[in-house]
Amino acid sequence: MQFLRDILDKARPNFEKGGKLEKFLPAFDAMETFMFVPGHAAQRGSHIRDGIDMKRTMITVVLAMIPCLLFGIWNAGHQHYLALGQFLNAGDGMAEKILFGMGKVLPIVIVAYGAGLTVEFIAAIIRKEQVNEGFLVSGMLIPLIMPVDVPLWMVAVATIFAVIIGKEVFGGTGMNIMNPALTARAFLFFAYPTKMSGDKVWVNTGTETGEAVVDAYSGETPLSQAIESGNNVTTVTGDPLSFMDMFLGFMPGSVGETSTLACLIGGLILLVTGIGSWRIMLSVFVGGAVMAMIFNAVAVNPFMEVDAQTQLVMGGFAFGAVFMATDPVTAAQTNTGKYIYGFLIGLFAIMIRVFNPAYPEGMMLAILFLNVMAPLIDHYVIQANIKRRLNRVKAA
Amino acid sequence: MSEQVTVKEAVEVKVEKKEALFSKKNKRLLADPMDDSNPITVQVLGVCSALAITVQVEQAIVMSLSVIAVLAIGNVLVSLLRHAIPARIRIIVQLVIVATLVILVDQILQAFAYDVSKKLSVFVGLIITNCIIMGRLEAFAMANKPWQALLDGLGNGAAYGMILVVVAVFREFFGSGKLFGVQLVPDAFYEAGYMNNNMMILPPMALIVVGLIIWFQRGRNTKLIEDH
Repeated sequence: MQFLRDILDKARPNFEKGGKLEKFLPAFDAMETFMFVPGHAAQRGSHIRDGIDMKRTMITVVLAMIPCLLFGIWNAGHQHYLALGQFLNAGDGMAEKILFGMGKVLPIVIVAYGAGLTVEFIAAIIRKEQVNEGFLVSGMLIPLIMPVDVPLWMVAVATIFAVIIGKEVFGGTGMNIMNPALTARAFLFFAYPTKMSGDKVWVNTGTETGEAVVDAYSGETPLSQAIESGNNVTTVTGDPLSFMDMFLGFMPGSVGETSTLACLIGGLILLVTGIGSWRIMLSVFVGGAVMAMIFNAVAVNPFMEVDAQTQLVMGGFAFGAVFMATDPVTAAQTNTGKYIYGFLIGLFAIMIRVFNPAYPEGMMLAILFLNVMAPLIDHYVIQANIKRRLNRVKAA
Repeated sequence: MSEQVTVKEAVEVKVEKKEALFSKKNKRLLADPMDDSNPITVQVLGVCSALAITVQVEQAIVMSLSVIAVLAIGNVLVSLLRHAIPARIRIIVQLVIVATLVILVDQILQAFAYDVSKKLSVFVGLIITNCIIMGRLEAFAMANKPWQALLDGLGNGAAYGMILVVVAVFREFFGSGKLFGVQLVPDAFYEAGYMNNNMMILPPMALIVVGLIIWFQRGRNTKLIEDH
């Protein structure tokens, strides 16, 4: 460690005022604080509320996503080999599945981080500000909400779009209106629909010589099957898919979203560390369940008949509830507001799914919509509070 | 903000008796709308049509020419009539003039450029409601001489057209790989996995492109940035 410190100390004068590389101070600063605890301290008085800083918050969120990432890597391989009719049991061919998944998922992660951090560094240098840690989370979220087969250049384009239009134009980390990772996904969804929806993109069916896709194969996700067949959804090989299978995530879908269990483990980490809001997570699930039950009561088409608990484990509902809706920048800030915000996300997500089959994953659109509405919710919550207290003053 | 600009310009431009046709002041009538008082990016007028008909460059150019014609002629007519129009019904008179001109433009397009006219569909008729036109008639032509009104009309129309064409170039190139209907992105690109960006065809992307132009313009021309 001392040797790293020495290198940094030696390089520092070059980046300080008057140095040769003065312009690149933000980049140097980011690298230094990445490796060592920053040496900045308050000039006078004490300001510490908590030992946790932004970097530690962000790293915790990234850690919470690791179960989803690991499961996603395995599942990418699992679905691929299912389609080829090999290693049919979940326990078989662990090494092959993980290796295959790593070959598919890790490039997406690398491209997302590479493209996003490049834009962040350039923005920081232009603005003469410090590089912010916000992108650490977005860079991990983006690969987890992409289909396995997404072309890498699209990931790069979407990431650059999301960081510039979704974040930097509003003033950078902490100032954005909409979740950058979801902005990237929405951009791809509308820009290149054939690569982001349908039944061709969720499972890699590339074959080598001697291999062939099994006859019964269908790459439809449970979400798009439910439009026709309601509760009776199947795996890619046509076997029935139970609630437990879907809860564990043995189905096609975006890389990190399929396993509700992995999302819940991540959610637990966020709750224990106090980084994610339990109010939002809880109310998203409640909102989704309420809407699904209302549909169950009406049930005029197969999708409406899908059980509430099944709706909650399908698609990206759990992933969105745990990692996207709780984004502290774009969510509602007041406690009452958080309940309303979360409840409406769950409600709209199920409603969009069922009413508009063209947008199979309503979660993305519901969260983006409520991101925009969050300040309005907060405004009315605060106004209501002011009114209540004014009445109390008048009464007294 | 847009009100401020219009109020400032409503004050009659004082012209000396024998002023040259292209004096400094008159030249500014032509040049200002291009940057400092651009109808779309600074006054944020006429945005609706900028989003609607910028999918292809050809449509954008025809639309711009129509608006330039209506705005310039309308400005001159209103300016000629400015002492005869009763203040109370001036908006109605202006509307009648604009509507007449728009119908003329529409008929001419249908007669000589039928295909484009079909693509533009209702948007030619909707020039009547383009806020830039009413804005210039009310704020400038009602208070200035015909020659100045003509220059102002041409300047504002051209500035509107300039933004339209820039947006359309972006949208047609990235949205369908073409410019003026000619394919520019080579087939080899498509075979290598390149795809047209569907979002460029949708109106929201036009809004984002206009936003980027505003961003670029304010980065260059810092006096447009408001104080907080």
